[in-house]
Amino acid sequence: MKNKNFNLIICGVGGQGQITLLRILSEAAILENKDFKAAETHGLSQRGGSVEVHFRMGKVFSPLVSQAGADLILSLEFQETLRAMYYCSSKTKVLINDKIIPIIGEIPLKKEKILKEVKKFTKNIKIIEASKICQEKLGKEILAGVFLISLISHQKLIPLKPKSLLLAIKKQIPQKYLDLNLKAFELSKSFQF
Amino acid sequence: MEKVLEKTGKKINLLGNEAIVRGALEAGVDFVAQYPGTPSSDVGDTFFRIKEKVSRINLNFHYEYSTNEKVALEAAAGAAFSGAKALASFKNFGLNVASDFFFPLAQIRLPGQLVIFIADDPSCWSSAQSEQDTRHQIFAARLPMLEPSVPQESKDFIIFAFELSKKFQIPVVIRHTTRISHQSGPVLFGKIFKKSKKKFEFKKDIERFVTMPPRVLRMKIDLIKRREEIRKISEKSPLNKVFNKEKKSKMGIITSGVGFLYTMETLQNLNLKVPVLKLGFVFPLPRKKLQNFLKGKNRILIVEEGDPFLEWKIKELAFEMKWKGKIFGKGGSMEGGRIWKERKSILPAAGELKPEYVEEAILKILGKKSKYKNHLRKFLEIKVPVRFPIMCTKPVCPYWSVVKAIKKVLPEKEIIFGGEIGCYMVFAHKAINLQDYLFCMGSDIGIAHGITKATNQKVLAFVGDSSFFHAAIPQLINTVVNESSPLIVIMENQTTAMTGHQPHPGQKIKIEEIVKACGVKNVKVIDEVENQKEFENTLKEFIKLKGPKVIVARRMCALLAKKLKK
Repeated sequence: MKNKNFNLIICGVGGQGQITLLRILSEAAILENKDFKAAETHGLSQRGGSVEVHFRMGKVFSPLVSQAGADLILSLEFQETLRAMYYCSSKTKVLINDKIIPIIGEIPLKKEKILKEVKKFTKNIKIIEASKICQEKLGKEILAGVFLISLISHQKLIPLKPKSLLLAIKKQIPQKYLDLNLKAFELSKSFQF
Repeated sequence: MEKVLEKTGKKINLLGNEAIVRGALEAGVDFVAQYPGTPSSDVGDTFFRIKEKVSRINLNFHYEYSTNEKVALEAAAGAAFSGAKALASFKNFGLNVASDFFFPLAQIRLPGQLVIFIADDPSCWSSAQSEQDTRHQIFAARLPMLEPSVPQESKDFIIFAFELSKKFQIPVVIRHTTRISHQSGPVLFGKIFKKSKKKFEFKKDIERFVTMPPRVLRMKIDLIKRREEIRKISEKSPLNKVFNKEKKSKMGIITSGVGFLYTMETLQNLNLKVPVLKLGFVFPLPRKKLQNFLKGKNRILIVEEGDPFLEWKIKELAFEMKWKGKIFGKGGSMEGGRIWKERKSILPAAGELKPEYVEEAILKILGKKSKYKNHLRKFLEIKVPVRFPIMCTKPVCPYWSVVKAIKKVLPEKEIIFGGEIGCYMVFAHKAINLQDYLFCMGSDIGIAHGITKATNQKVLAFVGDSSFFHAAIPQLINTVVNESSPLIVIMENQTTAMTGHQPHPGQKIKIEEIVKACGVKNVKVIDEVENQKEFENTLKEFIKLKGPKVIVARRMCALLAKKLKK
């Protein structure tokens, strides 16, 4: 991208914790003293609707990522990946959580079909069973979000150090749930990418 | 520790709405009233969480969720009439509710100070009823209006708004749009105003507070005069600033709010130096500054969120100065659709702005091609069904029981279902399909009355508990007095769920007592989950009865119940 900015879209379904993830990333950016902008989605869409949040680093003005302007799309739900293609260019990396949350009244789209569409935009696609891993190892699939943002930090897919992310998690997550979230962070560290 | 209460000198990451709270605290606000509505809700919610702590810093501090926005504005005004620094906060539709009071209030010379915070919601991210731009009403009321672009400005502007309010004894409006309210960024903290107990007093003054003709015309003239005084300040204000000063440039951009951010981003990406006039002090419009900006240029792009309001005003200014050139924006005039069809607008007239729209507009004016067209075509080929919001399933929302019972015992096709604003507006979801009209809070009963009077059809109107107190009581009385027969189901989940679980008057006042006092004879309170059978039987029985009848479905929001358990 021009100006070496970093543009991230996190998409998924209301209730998957996108706002918390955004706040952790923002906190990590503050700890590293880096410029950033974030845009949250509130209200109606949170009741099981589609939710996308934007996170941008560098000398940026707009809180929104531009069309075809994402460096990384982190999709917490398989079908929602398609909607995020608005932000996808051939240079964009796409990380998909292998999880389908049905759209009420619709037959879920087939994964192969979704991937075929995504491949029209980019070849950099990776599918990760984050929900499944978190459910099996930690008993809570909601941790998939923290697992994935930790993973992108460990894998250097985002210009934020794992150390800062860890501190940010400690700062943003309430004491009661902290232990599990820290475990999700650790789990992502040893994950074979 | 609440972020907004952090120490002076710190740089903290805040949402635009949180920055409004911090700014108000630094300005020494005494009285805050809000009715929740996204994207404005977090202003009130933050004050609600910190009110005890703030009361120890400013001993006069009062925060309340008022019954509706008109009540909130009246309460804040009453405090300002008595010498306090007051803030009223709500979303765009809130101004509609408050308008009856808002317009006469505008002309009062305030002994204290009053700031009104309003958040518009372009693209209707959290708004069902319409995509509404409040600048029309604020302009019509002749009030000063400031429009920040980033959280730091939200904080700085509200402090300035209180100063302006004090100097000119006038209410000052701060307008946000969704992307300003829910954008986060660093804010440098100033000092929170400490205050000892002060005795505010309402000093009787007929000339000031009693709006009656012919006095009210003198008030209007006084307001117009003050507006012109304030215009002198907006003309010189650093809030209205030219970026990329290039004397020779024939092109210029005039913008405000989030439009400024998209403009600067685009110019940076395209490596262009086009002069940009950013309006932060929007009303009264800095007419001379705008006309000076037009001079020497022949192409002006207006980048604004909402209706082509600035465009309309700037075209007027251009006409007055016999300016020769072309103004680009959302197209045509305020007349709307007809003209938009005839002329190709360069920015869309509906929906929020996006950075790429601004880029395309600038490229188009420069005669260059957009790089987005092919990508957009490819994107539009993707078929993915819309994921409409629906009631919670984990934990299970009690409204599912209402839906189940109605589907089981009532002849769905023969009944008209009236909806209004709240979680149950998702009854329009095709999986539920129990909604035949939807407008605003309370209007479902008002409309139900009209339908049952005009036809032989049966109407079942759903009302929320918070909205019952907000706007449904006059309509309920009307059904009694003018004798119609709707069945009204009040969905009492004991909270304002949709906007984030704010409390409402139902915690102190029983809804059924109000309903009875309004003259409704047939009233029943039923827990629709616990007593499903009774709920079903009552539906069957009530739908046949003459006259208005009310079922209060009382069962706590499952999310709230879960939260309270923890």
